Amino acid sequence: MGLQPYLILSAVVFCIGLFGVTTRRNMIGILLGIELMMNAVNINLVAFARYTAQVTGMVFTVFTICITVTEAALGLAIVILLFRVRRTVMADHLDLLKG
Amino acid sequence: MTTEPIAFWFLAIVLVGSALAVVLSKNLFHAVLWLALALTGTAGVFLLLDAEFLAAVQLLLYAGGIITIVVFAIVVTERLVGERLTQTNMRIGGGALVSAVLLGFIVVVLGKHPLAATRPEMPGDLTRAIGQAVLTRYVLPFELLAVLMLAGMLGAIYFARPED
Repeated sequence: MGLQPYLILSAVVFCIGLFGVTTRRNMIGILLGIELMMNAVNINLVAFARYTAQVTGMVFTVFTICITVTEAALGLAIVILLFRVRRTVMADHLDLLKG
Repeated sequence: MTTEPIAFWFLAIVLVGSALAVVLSKNLFHAVLWLALALTGTAGVFLLLDAEFLAAVQLLLYAGGIITIVVFAIVVTERLVGERLTQTNMRIGGGALVSAVLLGFIVVVLGKHPLAATRPEMPGDLTRAIGQAVLTRYVLPFELLAVLMLAGMLGAIYFARPED
């Protein structure tokens, strides 16, 4: 099997994640979409690393996985903090910065 | 190598189906469970690409860690039953259009360029190679990553501290 099917699979998952990010109202749902997109990026990195026989892409994937976990933990902490302040996690109700 | 296409298409169906369920599921809790399946399917794709170490990391960190955190966040911020969990989409047409256009663009670009059809032999043990690369050539980014994760952890604890 060639590289192309892996790249297309990753593109499909990325676009589904993007759809989730743009259509979810709940902030946790938006974070789930971002996780899907990050996942698609990781598939891309590993596929390219494997098909060029270079280990660099896989090392980079280790880094992106760690960064994603940190991002998710921080994002959910912010969601919990916002819920404490505003009693809602719906993104369109969070308009504190709207003039 | 004849089993690879079968395994790939199986994993692709699982991955795309569960990803669609993540974004379309009305119940957010169900969406998280579908995300767990999608992340496990990604670990399978990593296995298919001979990256056993990354598959293990994926299962431990993503499917183990993130799912737990998200479930806790949902329990803290939402009721698990009732009307509030329905995630009615506001701009479903626009979101679908943007995603479809982006997907079409990527597929067209991928189709125009010749890509590797066969995978070269990987020299030696991949897990060993990753470990050696992390601790020699990429040791500085690795240590910076540790600092980043410490900062993230401190930030999360600071945000979630009990109110005075």
